[in-house]
Amino acid sequence: MMELFTLVWSWLHTEQPLSVFVFTMIKIALVVLPLTIAVAFYSLWERKVIGWMQVRKGPVYVGKGWLQPFADVFKLLFKELVIPAKANGFLFLLAPMLTLVPSFAAWAVIPFDAQLVISNSNVGLLYLLAMTSMGVYGIILAGWASNSKYAFLGAMRSAAQVVSYEIAMGFALVGVLIAAGSLNLSKIVLAQAGNTGVFEWFWLPLLPLFVIYFLAGVAETNRAPFDVAEGESEIVAGFHVEYSGSAFALFFLAEYANMILISFLASILFLGGWLSPFPQSFIPQDASWLWLPIKDGWWWLLLKANVFAFLYLWLRATYPRYRYDQIMRLGWKVFIPITIVWVLVAGVMVYGGWLVAGA
Amino acid sequence: MNTVIRYFKSLLLIELIKGLGVTGKYFVKTKYTVRYPEENIPKSNRFRGLHALRRYANGEERCIACKLCEAVCPALAITIDSAPRADGSRRTTRYDIDLFKCIFCGFCEESCPVDSIVETHVLEYHFEHRSESIVHKHQLLAIGDRYEAEIAAARAQDAAFR
Repeated sequence: MMELFTLVWSWLHTEQPLSVFVFTMIKIALVVLPLTIAVAFYSLWERKVIGWMQVRKGPVYVGKGWLQPFADVFKLLFKELVIPAKANGFLFLLAPMLTLVPSFAAWAVIPFDAQLVISNSNVGLLYLLAMTSMGVYGIILAGWASNSKYAFLGAMRSAAQVVSYEIAMGFALVGVLIAAGSLNLSKIVLAQAGNTGVFEWFWLPLLPLFVIYFLAGVAETNRAPFDVAEGESEIVAGFHVEYSGSAFALFFLAEYANMILISFLASILFLGGWLSPFPQSFIPQDASWLWLPIKDGWWWLLLKANVFAFLYLWLRATYPRYRYDQIMRLGWKVFIPITIVWVLVAGVMVYGGWLVAGA
Repeated sequence: MNTVIRYFKSLLLIELIKGLGVTGKYFVKTKYTVRYPEENIPKSNRFRGLHALRRYANGEERCIACKLCEAVCPALAITIDSAPRADGSRRTTRYDIDLFKCIFCGFCEESCPVDSIVETHVLEYHFEHRSESIVHKHQLLAIGDRYEAEIAAARAQDAAFR
């Protein structure tokens, strides 16, 4: 058995086209399957957290609440997929896939640990920007293909909003680029390593960019308080009014995968990814497994991402929806000026030698 | 100056963080939810639910057809007819309560000189036909027989205050 395993393992590392393909597929499965399960339990966690913040208990009946996401999934899968008579059938079915694919594809460049990444691309950040922007095409197509005025309004709102916040988000990323000097996400994380642990990370010198990046991320994923694209009280459910069954489930999956993605990105870009928050001098250097939890590792990335994922839900439970013009004002007149100024500040800090990558 | 202070307050998200604090406080608070069919909140022994007619320990019905309850009922929900029984005692031949009219004020129970008509702790009941909303004497007596133990216990607990 062991020999077979080593045989397969060494074959996977040969550089033949077939072995590379199979190995990549295995890696993709190892990311996508846990991600799908995480989405399921994230939806449960959301209902629980919002319930608790409203002094309720949240789901408690299906398997003490733990099986609720699976009940939801099976309900959606067995429901009829209704295609409206006047809708453009092809685009109507293409749209949810077009939303889902980029939100999963973006995970290809996420480094979970020092060597734990599907593609250690040197243009990782650029690729991420492209993928997170792609998602809006699905939303626009969904709104247009539904041939419904509510869906169309939702799509228009979401297009304008996502395009506006993309700029602030892009500038926030430029700040990170200047500080780290690389587009490679692993290198960005390593640029935050240093002797003082938590104070070496980019959140401190780039604090305004950090806050704006996360808030723009919330707007980018169309989540409360920036969820005018759905706006239940105004335009029913926005771009996905006409969707039901499995197509709706795909939108749902994409939205939550995107939320988790933004949580991971915020942790990687500003909170030092897999790096341990403890100072180097504090961590014993012997190889004992006892000290493993406080050393650098993927568990720190998961913990940090969990904090942001919780923050998403906390924001939703706390704030009412922004009015549409206020969203535009916030994006264009607050976020963009602040990010531009702070990109300049970051440039000066790097030029003056106050902010040195990897020290 | 005020404008400047307000500007920085909004820029530093002071109010928004306060808002997060409020929901954060409720996040850890004890929850109010009662999972109703499985759990129930405690009921007072003065709870006024479904009506019942009681009997004495020897099986004799308490009601003497004095019609005080009928007279006091503010919703005119009670209808009583009376006649002498074979042994010569005064008894009701008809004792109907219209539960759609009844406002569960408890005056009938208070006015009763022999503690015959009472309101029990039962609140989970339903009708399948409209006419069933009028409960008759035999039904009220049956309810009384069924819940006598609870009714007596609740009256005993409240005895000192009556």
